[in-house]
Amino acid sequence: MKKYTYTESKDTRSGFGAGLVEAGRKNKDVVALCADLVGSLKMGDFIKEFPERFVQVGIAEANMMGIAAGMTIGGKIPFTGTFANFSTGRVYDQIRQSIAYSDKNVKICASHAGLTLGEDGATHQILEDIGMMKMLPGMTVINPCDYNQTKAATMAIAEYEGPVYLRFGRPVIPVFTPADQEFVIGKAWMVNEGTDVSIFATGHLVWEAIKAGEKLAEMGISAEIINIHTIKPLDEEAILKSVAKTGCVVSAEEHNRLGGLGDSIAQLLAKTTPLPMEYVAVNDSFGESGTPEQLMKKYGLDDAHIVQAVQKVMERKQALAE
Amino acid sequence: MQTEEKATMQLEELEQVAKQVRRDIVRMVHGCQSGHPGGSLGCTDYLVALYFRIMTHSPEFNMNGEGEDLFFLSNGHISPVWYSVLARAGYFEVSELKTFRKLDSRLQGHPTTHEELPGVRIASGSLGQGLSVAIGAALTKKLNNDPGLVFTLHGDGELQEGQIWEAALFAPHNKVDNLISTIDVNGQQIDGPTDRVLALGNLRAKWEAFGWDVLEMNGNDLADVIRVLELAKAKTRKGKPIMILMQTNMGHGVDFMMGSHKWHGVAPNDEQLSLALNQLTSNMQDY
Repeated sequence: MKKYTYTESKDTRSGFGAGLVEAGRKNKDVVALCADLVGSLKMGDFIKEFPERFVQVGIAEANMMGIAAGMTIGGKIPFTGTFANFSTGRVYDQIRQSIAYSDKNVKICASHAGLTLGEDGATHQILEDIGMMKMLPGMTVINPCDYNQTKAATMAIAEYEGPVYLRFGRPVIPVFTPADQEFVIGKAWMVNEGTDVSIFATGHLVWEAIKAGEKLAEMGISAEIINIHTIKPLDEEAILKSVAKTGCVVSAEEHNRLGGLGDSIAQLLAKTTPLPMEYVAVNDSFGESGTPEQLMKKYGLDDAHIVQAVQKVMERKQALAE
Repeated sequence: MQTEEKATMQLEELEQVAKQVRRDIVRMVHGCQSGHPGGSLGCTDYLVALYFRIMTHSPEFNMNGEGEDLFFLSNGHISPVWYSVLARAGYFEVSELKTFRKLDSRLQGHPTTHEELPGVRIASGSLGQGLSVAIGAALTKKLNNDPGLVFTLHGDGELQEGQIWEAALFAPHNKVDNLISTIDVNGQQIDGPTDRVLALGNLRAKWEAFGWDVLEMNGNDLADVIRVLELAKAKTRKGKPIMILMQTNMGHGVDFMMGSHKWHGVAPNDEQLSLALNQLTSNMQDY
């Protein structure tokens, strides 16, 4: 198991804020819109540097999506910012008609995704957003794993032509990817090569997968860990190459078990190489109030649950071999 | 007196175009036995005035429309009138109108950019989104120092969508004053008169209270449409967005379709088509 260390912890949304300023410096057409959550989305630095390129929409997310779509006409590259719930479920029809179906170059940037929003509870913790967004034809769906990768992803999507959903979180987590990394949309990132099981993780669950991988190594299990930061388009090549070696799969995501990364992988494997697979995800339920750590534990999303899922899937692989 | 004569002639020409567009509308809807003739006929004079007199635009279509005036149709179901006007203004061959709502056509039931039909810059059909989009396009024009204006059309029933009022709050607050919106006040929606379904109340008072500069016009009197749209243009770039309340008759031009919600989304049969065409004579060619 490759050793991953970190010297600091930061939130992924701050990576978005930093990436947005950089993207704004590189390209004068980058504009930002926010629905009354400038602090939460870390958009302050962008506003300070480019006040004329920022639109405060107020608590009116549907209007924000429409304005963003309209701003692409004439060549702007709009980044919308609000919580993941209000970036997707609340405005699904607006995104569907005015952005995805109209093929507009809007970057829908969503913070506070998943359970780790914490104490605000289920109304704010959306666990269905990856599914909703990946079902839209033409939509790219990205869920980076730490501060550095979120910053790199934010800069990369400014260069990419087409609608993008960029999903990130609220809590402070370890920063373990390199600061100067290249972010390639649709190209999975090999975290650790292994031979016994493939763990495909996304977002906050990548760090949990790394911790799980270290525990598994101590148990003599060699886990291949791949960071699927782009859920759509899915890096099918990387996934199939990995499972050809390991023969069993665990998916890990801070999302409903239905419709997320795991289902994308299962669909791929069903039509190519059906294999034993386990999901580490929220089991089709809403969340509740609590600290991020408490919720990750209660809803089965921490490293211990990944280890359990690996043990389970390897037993199934073993049974098939016998 | 010469200029007055010229204006009169132009008006007559526009009236001929409007007659032909109305012929196109009933024939298109009849051709596929589907579509929305009522609102299309009601808004014909407005769209003809816009594309043949008011807007600076080019049928050499490009999506960004730099330096041009832009039009957004928010109530996308009246696509027949828009398609006919775009074709008659040279955006695509008028013969393509016969493909309306048929398989493999660029002329989808509701307008879309998906099929890359020249003239269309956003999909519409699900109501209430067009005002926000138009505001976005107007903001971009300002950022680009582009002198072009942005026009939008909405149905009155569409005002029942909440997003409209989000956009209504936003535009005056942000001084979006390169925007001329129009509401087709025909008083009808699918389930009946708007007054019965969900009354809209005093629209002038509502839009003025939100901070818009409000004008009114008779949408089925081409001279009045031109006069008020010119007036609206003169009022742009003075700090306020402009809203025109346009009174129209649903189904205008075809007597048995006029003034009733029953022709909102119903196609005429063969007999009704010939009755309608007899009332809509034009010196132009059918597609």
